[in-house]
Amino acid sequence: MSSFNEFLTMGGYAAYVWPAYAIAAVVVLVNLFAPGRRLKRIKDGIRRRKGAA
Amino acid sequence: MAALNNKYGWAWFHRFASPPYLYRVAGLLVPWFAWPAAALIAVGLYGGLWSSPPDYQQGDGFRIIYIHVPSAYLSMMGYAILAVASAVGLVWRMKLAHAVAAAAAPLGASFTFLALVTGALWGKPMWGTFWVWDARLTSELILLFLYFGFIALRRAYEDPRSGDRAAAVLALVGVVNLPIIHYSVVWWNSLHQGATVFVGQGSDIAPGMLWPLLCMIFGFTLLFAACLARSVQAEVLERERGAAWAAEVA
Repeated sequence: MSSFNEFLTMGGYAAYVWPAYAIAAVVVLVNLFAPGRRLKRIKDGIRRRKGAA
Repeated sequence: MAALNNKYGWAWFHRFASPPYLYRVAGLLVPWFAWPAAALIAVGLYGGLWSSPPDYQQGDGFRIIYIHVPSAYLSMMGYAILAVASAVGLVWRMKLAHAVAAAAAPLGASFTFLALVTGALWGKPMWGTFWVWDARLTSELILLFLYFGFIALRRAYEDPRSGDRAAAVLALVGVVNLPIIHYSVVWWNSLHQGATVFVGQGSDIAPGMLWPLLCMIFGFTLLFAACLARSVQAEVLERERGAAWAAEVA
């Protein structure tokens, strides 16, 4: 890349390159946070049952 | 039995059959995978989006390669993990192997989806179409359906153990698709380009383009490992939610 403008326009391919990277970012973030959230939900459930017992 | 295991050096493996042990080891591994993954992906993104030169034919459009190739690779690697874990679960009746397979399925499916979508976005400007019913693309789409089938079949049974076993059989049958995907560009006349990174002795890619791609491949692989480890924890704890150790770690 020789300029910031060229980076933004991706040499005319911005309409393909940036959506591809945006979808990749979404998939990566969901993969990163979903398992931890699920683990937390399971732990909450176990603690609730323990409290009720 | 313990003496026998030690004699053949399998004791380390058998310990993974213990749910609290697997849960603890998986939890310890997460940061060791996640931080190197973040570093490699950051460096790979800089190299891929900024420092590497434009392609002589595809200009800057080729930069989709830096996410397309790692996700396509992981789509197959994820399935291989799923299939090996399923086989271990079926053959040795190791319940926790099924937990690993179950954890790998949505991750693998997500990277298969990503490989297909980034491929479509790359295909449009270069081939003139988002999609063709070509051998490489079609076999990759079948891979996505295999993941969906695995996930759906596992949940279709009242008894989770029956679901595990039925899904594992499907996973093993689907393994035949992996060599088809890999060799599709050789066996059939395909729009998709052939292998470029690992070709015989060397590589067909310019070094300035290759190192960011390798960073992204290894970075994505470690990211996958981190997500898989966390997901295995969730899967194990859910299966063991009634156990005493589960109440202790919750």
